[in-house]
Amino acid sequence: MADPTQSAAAELTREDSSRRSFMKLVGSGGAAAFATLIAACGSSDSSSTTASSAATSTGTMTRTTAAGNAGDLEIVNYALTLEYIEAAFYEKVVASGLFKGRQQDLLKQIADAENQHVAALTATAKQLGGTPVARPQTRFPLGSAGAVVQLAAVVENLGAAAYLGQAPRISSKEVLAAALSIHSVEGRHAAALNTLAGRTITPDGAFAKPASMAQVLPKVKPFIVS
Amino acid sequence: MAPHRSTAAPELAGIEIHGISRGAFLARGALAAGAVYGVGTVGPFVSEALAQSDAGDIDIVNFALTLEYLETAFYAKALTLGLRAETMRLARLLHGDEAQHVAALAATARKLGGTPAARPTFTFPITDEASFLKLAQTLEDTGVGAYNGAAPSIRSREVLGAAGSIVQVEARHAAAIRLLNGTSPAPDAFDRPLTQDAVLAAVRPLIKS
Repeated sequence: MADPTQSAAAELTREDSSRRSFMKLVGSGGAAAFATLIAACGSSDSSSTTASSAATSTGTMTRTTAAGNAGDLEIVNYALTLEYIEAAFYEKVVASGLFKGRQQDLLKQIADAENQHVAALTATAKQLGGTPVARPQTRFPLGSAGAVVQLAAVVENLGAAAYLGQAPRISSKEVLAAALSIHSVEGRHAAALNTLAGRTITPDGAFAKPASMAQVLPKVKPFIVS
Repeated sequence: MAPHRSTAAPELAGIEIHGISRGAFLARGALAAGAVYGVGTVGPFVSEALAQSDAGDIDIVNFALTLEYLETAFYAKALTLGLRAETMRLARLLHGDEAQHVAALAATARKLGGTPAARPTFTFPITDEASFLKLAQTLEDTGVGAYNGAAPSIRSREVLGAAGSIVQVEARHAAAIRLLNGTSPAPDAFDRPLTQDAVLAAVRPLIKS
C-alpha cells in the first residue's frame, strides 16, 4: 500500500493531466457515461474539463509516480477480470431460458451494467498507459434457476467485497471515484440477488467487509478455463 | 412527499450543523428546487462532484454523520406507521444499520480529534406505506451519491475504508427499498456522485433545527 502522504502529494501534481486523460473517454461510445462521471471528479478548476483541453492532452499521467500508476493499473486490470467473469456469467444466464418476466429483466439489466463496467475499465487501463488484461475463457455451472440465483448472489457479494478491498489502495482520485461508482452498483446487485436467493440483503451486517485479491482470486478460479 | 419549500423560507435561514462549513448551508436556489423529489433532479450538477478539496476528514465524517442521524430518525418514524409486515421487517433492519453507522461515525469524528456533529431534529412527511417507500428510495439513493461524492476527498485510508464499508450497505438498502417499490434496484451501471451542496439541498426540507 502506498504511503498516503506521498500519494496525496503525487495527486496534486498529476491531477490536471489525469483529468484530461479521462476526458478523452467522452467520445468513446459505451464508456461515455462513465467518462462523464470521471470528468465530474476533477478539481474545482472547471476550465480544464473542456473538450479542447482533452483534445490537446498528450503523454497522459506521465507525472504520476510509477508506484501509484502501476498500482492503480494492477487494480483496474484485476477489477476488469472480475467484470469479464460477471459479464460472461450473465450473458449465459440471460441466454439460458431459465428466467422470465421481471427476473429476466433484472438479469438483463445487470448483464448490461457488467458490460459497461468492462468497457469503462478497459478504457481506464489504457488511459493509465497500460494494456487491458485479456478476457478469460470462462465456464459456469448453470443447472436450475434456483442454483443460478444462488451462484449469482455469491458472485455479486464477492465482487462488491473485492471493490471495497481495493478502494483504499487506489492512488488516483479519479480512478477511486470511478471504482466507487461501480462498487455501490455491485452492492445493489448483491442485495437484489440476495433477495431473490432468499438471503439477507446485508450478510455482513451494518458494515460491509472487504476482500483482498488473495481472498477473491481463489474463489473465481473455478470459473476460469484459461 | 415533502412539499417544496422556498429556499428563502425563514425557518431554513438559521440552520447550522456543527462541523459543516456554514457556506454549505446557505441557500442554493437552483439546486434546492425539487431536489428532494429524487436524485435525478440533481444529476446535471455532478460536475461539481468531488470538488471539495477544502473539506477535511472531520468535516466529511460529520457530514456523513448528519445524514445517518437523518436516516435513523426517518426509520424510527417509519416503525410507527403500521407498515406491511415485509416492509416493517426491512425498516427495522435499516433502522438498526443506520443507528450503527451513527455510532461508528461519531466515534470516528472523536478519533480524528473532532467533535461529532450534534443531532438535528427532523420532520418527515411520511404517513403510510407508499409515502414511506417513496421517500426512503430518495434518501437511500441520495446517501449512496453523498458517500460516493465525498469519499475520494478523504485523506485517511482508514476513514476511506470505513466510508466504503458504509456506502456499500447504503447501496444494499437502496436496492431493497427499490424492489419493494417495484422498481429497478440498480437502474444505472454507475452510481452518480453528489456534492455536499446537492445533498444538503435535497435533505434541507427535512431538517427542522
